[in-house]
Amino acid sequence: MEEESTGLVSDCKQMISEEVKAMRVVQAVEACEGALLDGSIARGELVLEIASGLIVAVARLLRADSFVRLSAVTCVDLYPMEPRFEVVYQLHSLERNERVRLKCKLSGTDPAIDSVMGVWRSANWYEREVFDMFGVVFRGHPDLKRILMPEDWTGHPLRKDYPIHGHKYSYQNE
Amino acid sequence: MSDSPTITEAAKRRTMTLNMGPQHPSTHGVLRVLLELDGETIVKASPDIGFLHTGIEKECEVKTWQQVVPLTDRVDYLANLSNNLCYCLAVEKLLGLEIPPRAQWMRVMLTELTRINSHLVWLGTHAIDIGAMSVMLYCFRDREEVLKIFEAFSGQRMMTSYFRVGGLALDAPRGWQKMITDFLGSFPSKIDEYENLLTNNPIWLQRTKGVGHMALDDLLDVGATGPLIRAAGLAWDIRKSEPYSGYEQFQFEVPTRTESDVFARYSVRVAELRESVKIIRQAFDGMPGGAFQADAPGVVLPEREKMKTQMESLIYHFKIVTEGFGVPAGEVYQTIEAPRGELGYYVVSDGTSKPYRVHMRTPSFGNLMTMPSMLEGRLLADSIASLGSMDFVLGDVDR
Repeated sequence: MEEESTGLVSDCKQMISEEVKAMRVVQAVEACEGALLDGSIARGELVLEIASGLIVAVARLLRADSFVRLSAVTCVDLYPMEPRFEVVYQLHSLERNERVRLKCKLSGTDPAIDSVMGVWRSANWYEREVFDMFGVVFRGHPDLKRILMPEDWTGHPLRKDYPIHGHKYSYQNE
Repeated sequence: MSDSPTITEAAKRRTMTLNMGPQHPSTHGVLRVLLELDGETIVKASPDIGFLHTGIEKECEVKTWQQVVPLTDRVDYLANLSNNLCYCLAVEKLLGLEIPPRAQWMRVMLTELTRINSHLVWLGTHAIDIGAMSVMLYCFRDREEVLKIFEAFSGQRMMTSYFRVGGLALDAPRGWQKMITDFLGSFPSKIDEYENLLTNNPIWLQRTKGVGHMALDDLLDVGATGPLIRAAGLAWDIRKSEPYSGYEQFQFEVPTRTESDVFARYSVRVAELRESVKIIRQAFDGMPGGAFQADAPGVVLPEREKMKTQMESLIYHFKIVTEGFGVPAGEVYQTIEAPRGELGYYVVSDGTSKPYRVHMRTPSFGNLMTMPSMLEGRLLADSIASLGSMDFVLGDVDR
């Protein structure tokens, strides 16, 4: 039960295991000092927590280390916990047939992170989607605007405090 | 649209803005593309998506784990079983469930039928876009046979929901062997028919060869997957590179071309039809017997007979129906090779009976991102062929 109560986020700062440290990806990330906050392998999937200010630097290192594909960018809202948002990057190396997941934690007030569009162009729509659905701002994104919801929409639907049923009539100007 | 050129800007540049869609027969759904034209040449193409956004990811968060399966059908409505499969694999990975061989092979057989179904719709509509009307009639005639098989298995032609967390919804229906053998007997010659109509057709060649070319690096960079990548020369198929559901036991080729144009994508997909037939035949010939659901009483509904006669089964039945089942906290990113490319489900559980977060990395979303690079600087007349060759489903883009 001890493990279950921690739920989604690990409360205590864990030591990064030797198994994780030995991985080539992790060594590549460690070239950027202070970027790697946590790392673990669960169910065969490698997850690295990255300091949110250093995401672009880490992205560049990993892209150079054969991770040419950014498979997806998404976000998890941990409301009411703080830091509230977890931006998730799914990377894939075709050469080594390897996947790694990067996570950056962001605070609930004015969540913002640098865009990785300069590293992978495929971040374009994924970052716009996260902005649309969670309200996370991607600094340096050339065209950050809503992508799935109408442009005049208020609120960010995938936030946990956004109701599943419409809470107000949304076509106010009609 | 803030990025759409205003009339005065366009006038200065002597360009014309053309609004294609949201309802246009060649956009395969509700897609709007703003095209800025200089004569016949496209200067800028800005896709506008979201018209089919239904909030499926939000909806998943209030359904129990098993109730999400029917929602996944509606994501890509031409590859419903692929979506069922990917979601089920993700949840099964979280649960640590072992799926019996019969269910795995049934899943393989049916997802390959899904690939055929999806490619047939693509081929028919793509050909009709380019002007070859009759191909559509042939494709839809044969697709009907696949849909009949789906109906026999699941009761539904399109929204199958046939795979469940823990296995299949039901065992294969009576007489399924005959349906599959009939299909396997007749379908390969039907592929020859499509090829007779198109592969050496001079009009088809003129409209598709050298059109919509994109370099492999570009395609990977903007997020394209699946047949687009294989038509650019990279033999990357998740069924081979990260096998799931027992694909490592099947022998098949990964067809590739190097031209990376509309014709190469066409011939990759047609070759994939033949490979899918090979896989279905292997799955059919070697179909294992035994259980079609995992031995997991807390997850899989008990047999009806047992539920009526045994106390334990009744309790499990009651619990599963009323509150669902809990899934250990954690997260999983499961990918499969859907007909359109990499389909990925990122599923987060907080230990309760409902998913905390489900993100669908859909292949169409990534493939549609290639649009500006594929259209800009090219002729307007080629845009329809290029759009068709991306093979996107707007439900899959917008979710």
